[in-house]
Order: sequence, then structure tokens, then C-alpha cells
Amino acid sequence: MSFADSFLNLRVAVEHGPKIIEGMGVTVVLAACVIATGLAAGLGLAVLRAMGVRLLNWLIVFVVDLFRAVPPLVVIVLLYFGLPAAGMALDGFVAAWLALSLVLMAFAEEIFWAGITTLPKGQWEASRALGLRFVPTFFLVVLPQAVRIVIPPLVNRTIAITKGTALASVVAVPEILGAAQAGVSFSFNPTPLTLAALAYLALFLPVVVVGRWVERRWHVR
Amino acid sequence: MFADAFLNTEILWEAWPILLDGLGRTVLLSLMVVPLGLLGGLALALLSLTQRRTLRWFVAAWVDVFRALPPLVLLVVVYAGLPFAGLEVSAWQAVAIGFFLNTGAYYGEILRAGIASVPKGQMEAARSLGLSRPHALAFVVLPQAVRNVLPDLVSNTLEVVKLTSLAAVVALPELLFQARQAQSVTYNATPIVAAAVIYFLLLWPFVRMLSRLENRQLAARR
Repeated sequence: MSFADSFLNLRVAVEHGPKIIEGMGVTVVLAACVIATGLAAGLGLAVLRAMGVRLLNWLIVFVVDLFRAVPPLVVIVLLYFGLPAAGMALDGFVAAWLALSLVLMAFAEEIFWAGITTLPKGQWEASRALGLRFVPTFFLVVLPQAVRIVIPPLVNRTIAITKGTALASVVAVPEILGAAQAGVSFSFNPTPLTLAALAYLALFLPVVVVGRWVERRWHVR
Repeated sequence: MFADAFLNTEILWEAWPILLDGLGRTVLLSLMVVPLGLLGGLALALLSLTQRRTLRWFVAAWVDVFRALPPLVLLVVVYAGLPFAGLEVSAWQAVAIGFFLNTGAYYGEILRAGIASVPKGQMEAARSLGLSRPHALAFVVLPQAVRNVLPDLVSNTLEVVKLTSLAAVVALPELLFQARQAQSVTYNATPIVAAAVIYFLLLWPFVRMLSRLENRQLAARR
């Protein structure tokens, strides 16, 4: 059997290709869900932290540190295999969504917060001097500038965590990798894995290139 | 009961030796994949300095491809795919190869950016003082490059150590795998909670340090 027969077998590709393409759909939906909830939650925590309630801030820092230190796969496994013991069975998709959102939330909060704190104090003082109260100052003056500063690290971190959607295959979500592994065991041929690698490249190679472009563009100020 | 299912001391006592065994292997794995990735990254960063355009283009494409593929996909392709090419790989070998490709690309990109951040004059001055090109790179440019990207290097290393948990997928008995084993035998979530706590305690100091490093870098940039 030649190399091409086993790794790019046309018959197997035709048979399992559609499943991989369906898997791409699942990967994209999961990624979109994670990005939406993760970034929103991260921004929310950063805003809460800016209110400066000390006890609350300790709690936020702890939660952020927790999800930066524990591997995402451990969080997914805990939610999926652990929660049923408490009588709460989560669907694999929901477990992966929740886990990756928590991880992205933690990293995003840290990044947004860094942007807020590094903004020059004069911005606060000038807005207050113009008669704006804390809330409008924060939301109309500080936050828009802070978000602009942190776009490059935020984009890169979001890309990295979005690639974690492949971890969902561990909890039986039929995204690209999961679909490919099923294909391999059905056909006893590695072609589905080759297709999966190509599918990931099709999705993420443009994203990686855009990420690099964003970093270069924003760096020069 | 919540505590019975998640913080059961009896089960923790029972699972403790297995968890420790897994932790030892996680540490060993980290000690294997971090130097491996750094070495690969350094090689890629140095190769990207070449004057030959095709080689430079090849290195850039290599880095982008292996940054675009999720590490778990690489690991599964190596572990489940290579046997079809007649190459049996053990779980350890599969992890070593997969991580070398993935983390090497990340370290390579970081080190390349670091070298690019060192002003050209440094190399020129070192050369005019009589240092050979390799010496100038090793003793003048690289130390400054590493200092400039230290937060990124630490951050990537932290991510790599966390990624060793993927080895559980190819049945390498590291911390997460052992916790899963203990959980499925006892049908109790305590071992997984314990594994999460162990990861947290192990990596928390590095997360704190990283926060400080990153803030200092951001503050210096303003």
C-alpha cells in the first residue's frame, strides 16, 4: 500500500469528507460561542474590578488566576465527568463551551484590566475636570482607549483559546477532530486525520496571519 | 451531598498515591517538552535570520502552519496516524514529536520577535569589536533578545506545562489521566477536583509572577 493510498485515500476521503465538513461547522459554532461569552464575561469582570470594591477584587483576581493556572482540558473533564456526580449532566458541547469561556474570560479580564490601568491618569482627571462623573468617564473616555491599547494581545490570546475547541473531541463533541477520529476507526485508514489537519489549516491559517498583521499594525504608534 | 461527591476525604486518601504518581510524570513531561520546544524554537529563530529568501520563507510558513494546528490535533495525528506509515510510536514519543512541532513554532516566533527587537547597531558594534558573527549572536544579541521577550517566554512556558495534560488523551498516565482513572474506578469526582487543585497550586506562583512581569512591560511601553 502506497503512502498516498493510506494518507490520502480518495475512496475514504469521499466517504468521510462530509462528516469532517459538518465537524467544521460545529468547530466554528463552538468557537463563536466561546469568543462571545468569554470576551463579554472578561470585559464584565474588568469593569467590576474598576469599581474598586476590595473584597470583590480579591475574588476576581482569584478566579482569574484559577482559570489561568488550571489546564483547559482539566476544566472540561471536570465539568463533563465530574458534574454528573452532583446530578447535573452537561452535554459535551455545553461543557466545552462553558470551560473554554471561563478560560477566555480569565485571560481577557487580565488583558482588559492591564489596558485600563496603564491609561494615563490625566485622562481620568481631564474628564472629571470637564464635569463628567465616574460612570461616563469610565465608559466614554477610559474604556474605549483601554480596549484599543489591548487589541493585539487580546486577538492573539483569543486565537490560542479558540484552537482549544479541538479539546471538545475528548467529551464526544463531533467537531473536526472528533469526526476525524470516528472516521479513522470506521475505515481503519488515516485519511480522515489528514482531512482534519487540512480543515484546521483552512480555518486557522488565515486567522494566524491576520493575528500577526494586527500585532504589527498596532505596535507602531 | 456536594462534599461527598467532590471533596470526599476518604476517596482522596485512596487516590492520593496514584495522583502523586501522575504528578511526577507531569513534571517529567514538562522537563522533557520545554527544553525540546526551546531548542526547536531557537533553531527556527536563527534560521529565520538567513539571507536566503526561500529558506526564510520556508521557516515562516513552517511556524505559521504549526501555530495554526491545535496541539491536540498534532498529537492525535502523530499518535494515531504514524502507525499507518509503519512507524509505531509510544505515547511518550508521540507527545515529544507533537510538542516539538507545536511549541517549537511558538518559541520560534517569540525568539524571532526578540531578536528583531535588538537594534542593528548592537550586532554591528560587536562585529567591529572583533567578535565573530556566532559569538556576537550568542553573547550580545540573544541575551538582550531574551530579556525583551521574557514575559512572552514565561507565558508560553506556562501554557506548555498546562498542555502536558493533553498527554492523557494518548493514555500517558500523567496527572489528568490518573485522576480520570481514579474517578472512573470510584465513580466520584474528588480525584479530578484534586488534580485541578494540584495544577493550580503548582502553577499559581508562575501566574502571579507573569502578571507582574506583564504589567511592568505594559507600563514601560507607555
